[in-house]
Amino acid sequence: METCMSIVVGILFAIGTYLILSKTLLRIILGTSIIGHGVNLLILTMGGLKKGGPPILGLQGITFTDPLPQALVLTAIVINFATTALFLVLSYRTYRVLGTDDLEQLRGYENE
Amino acid sequence: MSCFYLALGIPFIFALLVPFLHKKFNPKIHTGWFILFVPLVILFYLLSLNPSIAGGKTIYLTLLWISAYDINLTANIDGLSLLFGLIIVGMGFLVILYSIYYMSKLREALDNFYVYLLLFIGSMLGLVFSDNVFVLYVFWEMTSISSFLLIAFWFQREKSRSGALKSMLITIFGGLSMLAGLIILSMITDTNSIREMISKVGIIQSHYLFVPAMVLILTGAFAKSVQFPFSIWLPDAMEAPTPVSAYLHSATMVKAGIYLVARLTPVFGGVPQWFWFVSGIGLVTLLYGSINAVRQTDLKALLAYSTIGQLGLIMSLLGLGSAALYFEAANEGAIYAVAIFAAIFHLVNHATFKGCLFMVVGIIDHELGTRDIRKLGGLLQLMPISFLLAVIGSFAMAGLPPFNGFLSKELFFTAVLNAVKMNIFHMETWGVLLVFLAWIASVFTFIYCMTMLFKTFAGVPKGRKLKKKVHEAPIGMLISPSILAGLVIAMFCYPNFFSKHLLQPAWEAVLPTFATSGLLQIEISAWHGLNTELLMTIGVVAVGTLLYKTIRKWYGIYRYYPTALTLNNMYEFLLEKLEQFSLAVTNRYMTGSVRDYLVYIFGVIILAGGGALLMFDGISFNSSQDSAVSFYELLLLFGMLSAALAVLLAKTRLAAVVAVGALGFLVAFFFVLFRAPDLALTQLVVETITTVLFLLCFYHLPRLKKDDSPIRFKAVNGVISAGVGLLVTLFALSANGNRLFESVSKFYENAYELAGANNIVNAILVDFRGFDTMLEILVLSMAGLGVYVLIKLHLAGRTENEGTK
Repeated sequence: METCMSIVVGILFAIGTYLILSKTLLRIILGTSIIGHGVNLLILTMGGLKKGGPPILGLQGITFTDPLPQALVLTAIVINFATTALFLVLSYRTYRVLGTDDLEQLRGYENE
Repeated sequence: MSCFYLALGIPFIFALLVPFLHKKFNPKIHTGWFILFVPLVILFYLLSLNPSIAGGKTIYLTLLWISAYDINLTANIDGLSLLFGLIIVGMGFLVILYSIYYMSKLREALDNFYVYLLLFIGSMLGLVFSDNVFVLYVFWEMTSISSFLLIAFWFQREKSRSGALKSMLITIFGGLSMLAGLIILSMITDTNSIREMISKVGIIQSHYLFVPAMVLILTGAFAKSVQFPFSIWLPDAMEAPTPVSAYLHSATMVKAGIYLVARLTPVFGGVPQWFWFVSGIGLVTLLYGSINAVRQTDLKALLAYSTIGQLGLIMSLLGLGSAALYFEAANEGAIYAVAIFAAIFHLVNHATFKGCLFMVVGIIDHELGTRDIRKLGGLLQLMPISFLLAVIGSFAMAGLPPFNGFLSKELFFTAVLNAVKMNIFHMETWGVLLVFLAWIASVFTFIYCMTMLFKTFAGVPKGRKLKKKVHEAPIGMLISPSILAGLVIAMFCYPNFFSKHLLQPAWEAVLPTFATSGLLQIEISAWHGLNTELLMTIGVVAVGTLLYKTIRKWYGIYRYYPTALTLNNMYEFLLEKLEQFSLAVTNRYMTGSVRDYLVYIFGVIILAGGGALLMFDGISFNSSQDSAVSFYELLLLFGMLSAALAVLLAKTRLAAVVAVGALGFLVAFFFVLFRAPDLALTQLVVETITTVLFLLCFYHLPRLKKDDSPIRFKAVNGVISAGVGLLVTLFALSANGNRLFESVSKFYENAYELAGANNIVNAILVDFRGFDTMLEILVLSMAGLGVYVLIKLHLAGRTENEGTK
């Protein structure tokens, strides 16, 4: 499972990077979102998958899945949400003010 | 002996205090009065060291700094460094005294001025006393920086700024080159101490990097000591206030290169390359400086060129004297060693008479508001004391008795004549040329000295061209040049006193192999019979006077020199080309396009990460610990990949947003499978909100255009993203197969005992790592504020689509 996940995470990263390198703001935001998912899955995979029960005391079994990556990912999900929201609104605002969402047109002037 | 470090630290400490003193007392008390005693205290301290140093001792001190890299504040107090130290603080005292009357306390930013000046004094002292080459380098660059600040002191003037920039570029270029040379030296000898380098001279001179190290270090020394062709920065540096010109740009800083050459003579001396390079460049500089000085009309520019010439003279003497090291400590070598003595002697003399002359020019400039020779004349009656001082200074510079310049000029001729007798280094063929060049340069030196003196003071006053009413300078301004003029005469009358206490120890420090042999003995006398040297001097005076009288007839030859070939034009041309080149290079990669920058970032990540993986043999797979994969999980994985691909290929906004949403919900599924119920719940909530947000926003965002970028653009993006994906997979697989240590999570399994919680993940978040979560909330609220502000706020004067119009 870990090997499978590593490959899938790699593909998610590749797709996310490709989107980030494109010229449209919306695609870039979608790209960061996909990379965010990739990172979360990667962290979990690195902690080892399905090595025991859910990390809740008093349930069946005595072994738990590593709780630390889960705590990290939980934080990451929320932060990811915050940045995506900010990013979205920023691009909305950029479009309203500047009238374009094409990065090539948004670039600065020469020698600026 | 921490006293020594304290003494050297005083300028820096005072540099910190000056702004406060200035604020409190100016304009009641001129800030200079507080600074005046700084060099005085150090002067007395250094003088107290002099008897033991003159007795042949050297003091060696160490203060640890970066001892791991053998970079320590080691001080080597010997004759040479002490002599330079005395010149620095002695001249420093006189210049500060002079500046109190020169710099108006009402108009000038005195706090800046004295901070820069103290910074310079401190770093210059550090330079000459450092034994560690890297500490020396640091102080070396600090003097360049303080010189830059002082030249640009009147930064409102365009010329000041460009002059400062020029000096900075040239001296820092030299400094960097010198650093490279010093690094080579320290690699060869495996030490950073000059003292120890001197003891390993055999290793250095036989090493194959000997010549590169020598050329690099000399480039630094030549750039600092305005040797040809680096000399162009000095005339432009005359934009500095005159006390600064007198101090930095004639007496001290420009002699740092001389100091370095003298200091390293035991390391490099005795080989033909060093001999010819140093003495040749020195002679060329001497000629260049003295010939160019004659055509100057600005008094300070004239002095600048004369400084160039005099420094060339000293440099060439050091080169000639280095031949002594070719011989073991024997009589034959001692003859040539006289040149080194002459260099040191002339260096001190130059500081005295040139300092005096600069101060006189400063007085003229201060009283008349001009220093253009064409507007001056007849000042003899108006400013008799200044005239007297100018006579002493310029006659000394011209090498006439009864002034100290005569003695060192005679010694210069002696040294050159001695060098002709040398039968090493091809001197038998080229020696006569040396004598001739030295004599020509002396003639021109004589001419510009006379020009300066008589064009300014003799003749009729051209008062109507001047705005101010002219009178003699205030007594305070005359004190410093008078002291210097007194020294000029005293050194002529009692040369052997100065020689014994100051020059002899410095001489021995330059030639340590000779020091113990007792061969370095010299008796200076003004009258030494009717010999070749005296005849040469008489010739100089005769021909010089003749040429000065007929200057109008031959002055025109200067016009034949093409202006396009002047060093200044070459410098401008080089600078312009360099700027164009660097602009072109910068514009190639600083495109202003975010995508390009991201390509660089991702490229570096791939290269650095992938390179590290390959270099350290990091790629290894081990899937034996993997958990099983069920059919449903494979289905989910497949679904996730399709969702991601759908985002990539989506033609419409809606499809892309829905696909991202689907991907998010599938990730939530995986969280369930991976025994992470909290994550699954959070992911579901967050994903729902995100999708809604996307849908809300996409209503306002423009339609997705088809990606119509050129195929090359897409190909680069494809390669970069494939590289990133591959790198992540490789890292994940390699990390997965090699677990180096146990997880720390065992600790958290005591969640109930430690935090009273059954849910370990929650306990980590709100208890064990509670601060993290609190700061996370802070980030969230900041993002929330940002979102709110961006939606609500309409900046004044901003209408919609303003930027496109």
